[in-house]
Amino acid sequence: MKRQGMIETSGALADKSRSLAALGMTGKALGITVAALTVLASSAHGQLGSFNPNPGPQGTFAIRGGRVVTVSGAEIPNGVVVISGGKITAVGANVAVPSGAQVIDATGLMVYPGMIETGSSVGLSEIGQGAVATVDIQEVGSFNPNAQAFYGIDPHSAHIGVARVVGITTVVSRPTGGILSGQAALMNLAGDTPPKMAVIPKLALVIELPRSGFGGRGFARAAAVQQGGPADANRVRQLQMDSLRAMLRDAEAYGKAHAAFAKDKSIPRPAHDVVLESLLPALNGQMPVIFPADRATDIRDAVTFAEEMHLKPVIMGGQEAPAVAAFLKQHNTPVIVTAVMKLPSREDDPYDVNYSIPAKLAAAGVQFAISTGDKGSEIRTLPYNAGMAAAHGLSKADAIKSVTIWPAQIFGVADKMGSIDVGKMANIVVTTGDLLEAKIDTKYLFIDGRLVPLDTKHTQLNAIFKDRP
Amino acid sequence: MNIRILASTAVLMGAALGAQQPAAATRPAIKPVGATLIKNATILTVTKGRLENTDLLLQNGKIAQIGKNLTAPAGAQVIDATGKTVMPGIIDPHSHSMADAINEGSLSVTSMVRIRDVLNPTDISVYRQLAGGVTTINVLHGSANTIGGQNAVVKLKFGREVDEMLFPGAMPGIKFALGENVTQKNGQTAAQATGRPLRYPATRMGQEEVLRDAFTRARDYKASWDDYNAAVAKGDKTLVAPDRNLELEPLVEVLEGKRFVHAHSYRGDEMLMLLNVAKEFGFTVKTLQHGLEGYKIASEIAQAGTGLSTFADEWSYKVEAYDAIPYNAAILMHHGVVTTVNSDSDERARRLNIDAAKMIRYGGLTEDEALKTITYNGALQLGVEKRVGSIEIGKDADVVIWNGDPLSVYSMAETTFIDGEIFFDIKRDKEMRDQMAKERAALEAADRRRVTPVVP
Repeated sequence: MKRQGMIETSGALADKSRSLAALGMTGKALGITVAALTVLASSAHGQLGSFNPNPGPQGTFAIRGGRVVTVSGAEIPNGVVVISGGKITAVGANVAVPSGAQVIDATGLMVYPGMIETGSSVGLSEIGQGAVATVDIQEVGSFNPNAQAFYGIDPHSAHIGVARVVGITTVVSRPTGGILSGQAALMNLAGDTPPKMAVIPKLALVIELPRSGFGGRGFARAAAVQQGGPADANRVRQLQMDSLRAMLRDAEAYGKAHAAFAKDKSIPRPAHDVVLESLLPALNGQMPVIFPADRATDIRDAVTFAEEMHLKPVIMGGQEAPAVAAFLKQHNTPVIVTAVMKLPSREDDPYDVNYSIPAKLAAAGVQFAISTGDKGSEIRTLPYNAGMAAAHGLSKADAIKSVTIWPAQIFGVADKMGSIDVGKMANIVVTTGDLLEAKIDTKYLFIDGRLVPLDTKHTQLNAIFKDRP
Repeated sequence: MNIRILASTAVLMGAALGAQQPAAATRPAIKPVGATLIKNATILTVTKGRLENTDLLLQNGKIAQIGKNLTAPAGAQVIDATGKTVMPGIIDPHSHSMADAINEGSLSVTSMVRIRDVLNPTDISVYRQLAGGVTTINVLHGSANTIGGQNAVVKLKFGREVDEMLFPGAMPGIKFALGENVTQKNGQTAAQATGRPLRYPATRMGQEEVLRDAFTRARDYKASWDDYNAAVAKGDKTLVAPDRNLELEPLVEVLEGKRFVHAHSYRGDEMLMLLNVAKEFGFTVKTLQHGLEGYKIASEIAQAGTGLSTFADEWSYKVEAYDAIPYNAAILMHHGVVTTVNSDSDERARRLNIDAAKMIRYGGLTEDEALKTITYNGALQLGVEKRVGSIEIGKDADVVIWNGDPLSVYSMAETTFIDGEIFFDIKRDKEMRDQMAKERAALEAADRRRVTPVVP
């Protein structure tokens, strides 16, 4: 039916993010696609069970005596945070500890809202190379708006425990690849089933817009570039864009047909289509759309396309966002900056060109959040990405906001999380020092008002081997 | 091959032919280095503790004096470092920066190839690393084969010729590799698709055999030269010298303790295999590179006298990295293993100070121990500990001024000295940037053919 005319770019994009130097091999030798691999997966992951001990119950807790960084307001030097039933119920300097509350002594410690990593694919990809069966990050084909990360996330991924103990309490996990990659989920990093982790299972649509000058995406692009050169490449890109537009317009028409039928049952009953159905929240403006884009031209294309199709764009990547900062501000488009730690793309770029992206966006008044852009295992470096941005011009206060309240605002969940305020979900981390420093440690962690054990796969192996004679 | 022929006695066995000859030492310095007095800094000596409000005099490329109220020699530049911190230049024991080729992966033993032949001194990565406080890197061959090529230890003297960048006196080294990269399992399907034949060894069993075979041949080769030299020494003038073998010469140097082995490895069992083969052939593996499961056999590594250079917190990117833990460095150090944190990446090399700080969090290293993982211990692993790695009188003036605690994510390197010369300075960087922008604008204005891009 409607999708038949679409260009299929069924192959996966190769993993671009992993440093090839780390593998000690040339790019060409490893420039293989995930889909092309048929290597048997390691069975170890499945057998070892969960490395992420379950959180305790939603009791009543009082975190007392720490320096509370509320993010939304002033820091409280000797504050009390009361948690009950999963929510923050009181915050302040002179707050009474409810009777029966479990008191957490935070004297000399810092109390922060949990960090939110918005650029990940946590739970969808365990071992990126050589264990393809642990990688469920990309569906076959180019148009999969109904592929939901929520259904692929492994709550027992070892990455989860490792990330949360640095204070990351919530992630956006998204499918990648193709053109309409699927739907991202907002997940708390605690709970032994996806429903227990989920904050918003269907958070955002992901569209990897075919890139101008590169002939679109996927195998069709590669083949066209190889065989026909730039002219063919651009033709492929145009066909992909046409297909994407056609699908979104079909979905729009589908939505209208169903709305009409709901009002007037005398008209012919329109058929149901789960794929088109899944696009409606984005087309209605209820669901943001994540557009991965780093080059200035790709960022502009994404925003312009979103405007044309009445979508609510969130730019993911944003390496050249400072070059189009005025445009982004004018279009009120937020950016998830995943490029802070990326190498400059041009030889004559200043050495700090990417370290200083957040400072430049802040100065230009563009809404943004900082992310590692990592699939899962290295998202624990999120605080250092924000710290590096602070070393290069972003204020320390803004650096904290860029990994707490700002990502929450971008995805419309600032009423639920991102700061220490009464009524919000009790996602709280208690540390020995500045949250963004690498040398500090976490003493207590609350997710959804539950005390989370600080054991991880790594602490477990450490305990087993550290004193081995 | 660009082999430099050197003088007389060293020609014995040809052992001194090849990489790592201190070419720079044989030529005069390009320009004399003036003195610099860094005033009133916090100095992290790394080996002798932390000195507050202390001056540091760099003279003739060396650390000349450390103390309070030092007097600047005539003509010295004086830098007020009040509120700033000085530490030794960072040493990255595992880098592929500057290398225009990484892997000669066609054979299982490529000890004859040399990274120094493919070094690109204009690699911009060098400058970016200087801006992260790095002064010395160990440029290694890749990990495609069991016995790879020869390394090059380089001082990051950006803008100079390669010969001036090679670290004079650094121990020659060679890269070995074990595990997945060598078995090529991850690339097998792609290899079959392109018609590339599978290469031996395809298992860890084969890797042990390749090592045993190569060192057996090297031992025979050495014996043939030893016999020849002994006969010549006794006055025999009739013998013909054995043929030189450029593959086995570096391995003979390994057997003689004249060349360090830096062995890429992940799993505990494969590391142990290598240590045992080395013991059998009578040499010590200098470092296990990555060694992500080193913590599982820490006492065996300590007992072998082998060092280890690991990632701070990279893991899970492939099967053999799935049991990697960030406590690796701390466990190894507590077992007495000389341990370093490396980058293996042009990106991570720029912020090894943060990676070192993580070692305080994971495993509770002290600040000095954490700093050692990116300075002094690296010097030990490369055989340059008498020259660099700590702030001590007489050592090379490879030091970095930071605007704060180098173990803080909020700090930046401001000035990076190598041999007393400034190779990165944050103020100078800003000036050069402005200059470049002007230059570009002028060039663009002069180019009448240029079409101004239309911004939508």
